[in-house]
Amino acid sequence: MSTMTEIRWHGRGGQGAKTACLLLADAAFASGKYVQGFPEYGPERMRAPITAYNRISDTRCTIHSNIYHPDYVVVVDETLLKSVDVTAGLKETGAIIINSERSPEELRPMLGGYAGRVCTIDARKISEEALGRYFPNTPMLAAVVKVSGVVDPERFVQDMRASFQHKFATKPQVIEGNMKALQMAMQQVREG
Amino acid sequence: MAIRERLSGNEAVAFAMKQINPDVFAAFPITPSTEIPQYFAQYAADGKVDTEFVTVESEHSSMSTCIGAEAAGARAITATSSCGLAYMYEVLYVAASMRLPIVMAVANRALTGPININNDHSDSMGARDAGWIQLYAENNQEVYDNYLQAMPIGEDPEVRLPVMVCQDGFITSHAVENIELVEDELVRDFVGEYNPEAALVGREQPLAVGPYDTCPYYMEHKVQQAEAMKNAKKRILEVAAAFEKMTGRKYSFFEEYRMEDAEVAIVLIGSTAGTARAEVDALRAEGKKVGMIKVRVFRPFPAEELAAALSHVKAVAVMDKSECFAADGGPLFHEVRSACYDLENRPMMIDVVYGLGGRDCATEDIERVYNRLMKMVETGDRGPVYNHMGQRDLREPTV
Repeated sequence: MSTMTEIRWHGRGGQGAKTACLLLADAAFASGKYVQGFPEYGPERMRAPITAYNRISDTRCTIHSNIYHPDYVVVVDETLLKSVDVTAGLKETGAIIINSERSPEELRPMLGGYAGRVCTIDARKISEEALGRYFPNTPMLAAVVKVSGVVDPERFVQDMRASFQHKFATKPQVIEGNMKALQMAMQQVREG
Repeated sequence: MAIRERLSGNEAVAFAMKQINPDVFAAFPITPSTEIPQYFAQYAADGKVDTEFVTVESEHSSMSTCIGAEAAGARAITATSSCGLAYMYEVLYVAASMRLPIVMAVANRALTGPININNDHSDSMGARDAGWIQLYAENNQEVYDNYLQAMPIGEDPEVRLPVMVCQDGFITSHAVENIELVEDELVRDFVGEYNPEAALVGREQPLAVGPYDTCPYYMEHKVQQAEAMKNAKKRILEVAAAFEKMTGRKYSFFEEYRMEDAEVAIVLIGSTAGTARAEVDALRAEGKKVGMIKVRVFRPFPAEELAAALSHVKAVAVMDKSECFAADGGPLFHEVRSACYDLENRPMMIDVVYGLGGRDCATEDIERVYNRLMKMVETGDRGPVYNHMGQRDLREPTV
């Protein structure tokens, strides 16, 4: 049990939080881990708050409930900070990673007294620069890998290239952009 | 060598279907099983299967298509959930009574109303008396393994019954987890070809299917159908033994987890068994004698075997993930309690209805059930028999 890492994703429908969650499961699987990646479905509509979860461990995890005491929380949409208790149950030994242009210091007061690490990443800027469009999930995925160390970052970059080649087999032109977004995010994530 | 992969439960089922390469897939989408025909449609479009992929306008028609195809001598499959399964209700009985071993993947989902897309077992439990064999799974691996075993069970000449291969909608259907896949050649050898002794097409012997059955015959047919369901028990174990030889993975009617010296036990179906397993380990680490039984085969119901497994236990909680509005417990509880009636020392037994419409069940919830059981043993007081767990503000919780 001590080797298990639990991650909770908060996003809005259509932003790709579920996809990022499944990509993280892929990356952890490729590195030899046992993984779970699953979404929690509420009303299925664009922009509604959604939650997705990862469990990553060295032995098969049999628990099939949602995650109430995550090691890490990823917030793909900053506006959720006002409406969702994103730090609920979050372990203080862990971290929260928020998609925002603001600094960790600026956001900490909005986190209900959470005393663990607060990290931010400007996924919009990175995505628009690397991909020319706003797809926050790739930068957020890279940020969570960097902050959590749940997968070896170098191995992760290699595996993601293979994963993108598979996922974007019909549109190879976006592979390089996604790789660039990944690398930029790993460099630019801010910890406070 | 088994193939190490990571797939969702729906992907795993679609992959098993591809490996089996059936003759006919009758498809109609419904959440959360929709991905199964969706993935399979891709296999069909890519020429990876020879299957006739028939898109129909309703689930009544998808099951009717399966019935027609299977009666013609083909191997026919479909997938559904919730209201889709309910819409098949009439023809489910036709498939079973015509002794057509159709295999249907079910991603279990609550029934409307109120409308809800999430998991419970109301859909397949509502069809429990339709004459179908029902296999349930804890995770993606089990639903894949059950799918590979379904046709060898259902198509056996002593059985000839349709099979539902059930998994928990979203909880396992949409959860990506590690899985070990069996190589294509091994799957095809294991599942074999479907060669019914009688069929509408390609046989010299003429055959009538679905005629009116008059009073002098109907009862005999029903008794034969009941016998077939009894025969299925033997066949399920034979197929499980052959499957274990191929993969090393052991299956039976149910799985006993740390039951050897257990004083209290939970009996349940599906993905919550994995959550309960973790809680059993936690309580065992504190020296508490708790165990768990996960029912895999609900039809035919393994009554004698379950009673034997519970004969040394002092208190049992049956956990039902469906409500049948009998006012005295859910369908699994009714079966388990009835199975234990002839035991010399019957355990105290309660029902806990939980998880309706996707209400989550965490290890803390399972702990509450074990605490209630341990208190029952300590005080000798059973307390209320029929309980609901996880609802808010309705009344004092009894679990």
